[in-house]
Amino acid sequence: MPIKSYLAHPHTGKKDELIKALSLIQQCEVMPAQNQDVLILVTETENKTEEATLKEKLDTIDSLKLLAMVSGFNTPQNN
Amino acid sequence: MYTSITNRREFIKKMAVLSAMTAAATMFPGILFAEEQEKGIPNSANLDWKKAPCRFCGVGCGVLVGTENGKAIAVKGDPKSPVNKGLCCVKGYHSIMALYGKDRLTKPLVKKNGQYVETSMKEALDLVASKMQDTIKNHGKDAVSIYGSGQWTIPDGYAASKLFKGCIGTNNVEANARLCMASAVTGFLTSFGIDEPMGCYEDIDYADVFFLWGNNMAEMHPVLFSRLLDQRLKRGVKIIDFATRTTRTSKAADSSILFQPQTDLAVANAICYEIINNGWVNKSFVDKHCNFNKGLTNMGYGLEDNYKFKDKPEKINFEAYKKFLEDYTPEKVSKISGVSVKDIKYMAALYGDPNKKVMSLWCMGMNQHSRGTWINNLVYNIHLLTGKISTPGNSPFSLTGQPSACGTVREVGTLTHKLPHGVVMNKKHREFAAKIWDVPVENIDPKPTYHTVEMFRALDRGDIRFMWIQVTNPMVTMPKLKRYRDGAKKEGRFIVVSDIYPTPTTDIADVILPSAMWIEREGLFGNSERRTQHFDQMVDPPGEAMSDTWQLVEVAKRMGYEKQFYYKEETHIEEIYTEYRKHHDNKKHNMAPLEVLKSQPGAMWPYVDGKSTQWRFNAKYDPACSNGEDFHFYGKPDGKAIIWQRPYEPAAEEPDEEYPYWLNTGRVVEHWHTGSMTRRIPVLHKAMPHAYVELHPNDAKRLQIKTGDKVKLTTRRGEIILPASIDQRGVPAPMQVFVPFFDENLLINDITLDSFCPISKEPDYKKCAVKVEKA
Ligand code: SF4
Repeated sequence: MPIKSYLAHPHTGKKDELIKALSLIQQCEVMPAQNQDVLILVTETENKTEEATLKEKLDTIDSLKLLAMVSGFNTPQNN
Repeated sequence: MYTSITNRREFIKKMAVLSAMTAAATMFPGILFAEEQEKGIPNSANLDWKKAPCRFCGVGCGVLVGTENGKAIAVKGDPKSPVNKGLCCVKGYHSIMALYGKDRLTKPLVKKNGQYVETSMKEALDLVASKMQDTIKNHGKDAVSIYGSGQWTIPDGYAASKLFKGCIGTNNVEANARLCMASAVTGFLTSFGIDEPMGCYEDIDYADVFFLWGNNMAEMHPVLFSRLLDQRLKRGVKIIDFATRTTRTSKAADSSILFQPQTDLAVANAICYEIINNGWVNKSFVDKHCNFNKGLTNMGYGLEDNYKFKDKPEKINFEAYKKFLEDYTPEKVSKISGVSVKDIKYMAALYGDPNKKVMSLWCMGMNQHSRGTWINNLVYNIHLLTGKISTPGNSPFSLTGQPSACGTVREVGTLTHKLPHGVVMNKKHREFAAKIWDVPVENIDPKPTYHTVEMFRALDRGDIRFMWIQVTNPMVTMPKLKRYRDGAKKEGRFIVVSDIYPTPTTDIADVILPSAMWIEREGLFGNSERRTQHFDQMVDPPGEAMSDTWQLVEVAKRMGYEKQFYYKEETHIEEIYTEYRKHHDNKKHNMAPLEVLKSQPGAMWPYVDGKSTQWRFNAKYDPACSNGEDFHFYGKPDGKAIIWQRPYEPAAEEPDEEYPYWLNTGRVVEHWHTGSMTRRIPVLHKAMPHAYVELHPNDAKRLQIKTGDKVKLTTRRGEIILPASIDQRGVPAPMQVFVPFFDENLLINDITLDSFCPISKEPDYKKCAVKVEKA
């Protein structure tokens, strides 16, 4: 049951659109930053196949500029 | 924290969110996730929510802590708190996890034959009391001491001061706020005659320009910084970062202006020169409300034992002050400070513009400064000359680092020269305190003894034989640490340490007392804006852990002071606070009653006629003003504030051929000071696992050092090897390096210098000379 967290960066002016698009996907939970153009995305899937399908779905979202995986606790030290 | 959440999936998810938040916090200064706090909270109807001030920094955000089955399991910002309006930073969100580290101290430990042996709390407290009595008998009352903290609750500090100053009769009472706030205190006292900011956080909602004087707010005061950013979005305010190092704050600011270490003194004078030269002085304000003074110069740096200094203020006139400033033209100052003439003039013009409201904010950059009192005075000068003070949005504002540096150390007066009201040197003040404390007035010694650095020197010399350390970690934070660590370990010293986790300080203890932390006991904190906040006990402390207040009460009773420590266990916090309020029973400092503090997220003193005071010294807002004018600086006998003539003088140790770089030390957003709590929160520890040394990219290139490479730093005190960090979070100016101090495995303070401001006695952690080599 992979659970992953990402920082999702929207294209300029597309934050609300991105929140909407991600919220529609069942495996996604979104927490927008209140004062910055970035959101936390947590994905929860049953297995690798489901995760791969989800990844494909995410790739098609127009308002999404960049998806940076935080990868659990392996956060780089300084950035 | 999360053990009571049975659903493992929920747990992993929560951790994933926290990781992402931590990563985001390091990338975006002041980032906030308001909705997350609601979503992340377990959906349980049984959660009991209670308010508390956050345990971590001096911003003093209001939080709501959710408990279930005797455990704290959730935390969220308190929407009713005017400080943070429901928001929280990454440390605040994780705060309750600090309660549940695996190695919490739960049993008292006594050192026997070099080994720590568990004992009962009763026996440990008996031992502490009898050791203290023996020491007094054999070496005199000034051989015992207590060293506390800006993380002490108000009742902790009050009980300590009453026991040591009132009952035992020694002024050997100090707190770690000496290391972070003392220059702010002496700055206020010398300029205004009374401590603590005149304004409040609401100034942020009115100011047009924000000057951050050596203050990395994005990392150190994240919630307040997010309020600045919010105002920029809403009103287009300007943020000027004036610092020696490029940080997250600089990157988020509208303009980042770098100066050479120590030359802020010269730049502040240059700003005043420009204000006068361009006719921007608010003449009627200055004529009515200000005096001009000069003091002694070439004061030295306190490097030798028993160093003493007393300033000799002398009145001068405006003309003499103006003449003095001729040495500080932008052109002259540009040469020593590295700040361009254009930038000096730009800053002066913003301060001088009559249509702009200006807030200056500072913290350690100005306070941990070998001329800390002077630079505080100089920033007040700018605000006084322009009359931009004590009105909404016009506010020189000294921020605190710790949750109760103001509440406990400055207001209760847990410093050698202080009493809750006034100073030990003043007969009337001693009489007043003795009456409330129910002790003979002769008990209170009229002479201050040791400030913090000198107290540890006295321990090393053997003048002090017994030291009780509570809620602080001096074996990580003292400058020139090796001397003081070796001193504390000497034969014939007895050290008691009250804490919640093992630290390098508990390592030097003869007795370790397990303390109750934050919401495991009832208490009160006072934040940077004079706001006192109360919190209830919400959960039980682990094992035999006991609040610091009650440890002191128990020892006091054992020493024969039952009459003065009459408090009952169930009601002692209320009894102590009610007694403490008597010391401040006047219009200038009245504290809100406990019922009020229990019913709302704090109140700001002076609390008069059921109301907090937001802007002191302004007759419109402050009921203590009584001179019939718009402003009344009533801390001074003639009701006038002082504009000080203070020159630029170099730091105690500046780079030379042998040690060609500046060494600067400080904090990081993930960790609370020495990391003894936050390093036990997995997500924060993993985000920032160890200390590092930041170098400027050009220096790194020349020395062929890349991020991660080992770098050797050598000062006249010793050497240390750290991994390099190039162009990452912070970027020092060329020929300067920066090292954070949170890591007990890489103790940077082993090589820092114990020079201090001669007036405040606060050490300068920001400046000494260092050699940098690839290891
Ligand atoms: S800004 Fe300070 S007081 Fe507020 S939540 Fe963060 S650590 Fe706590």
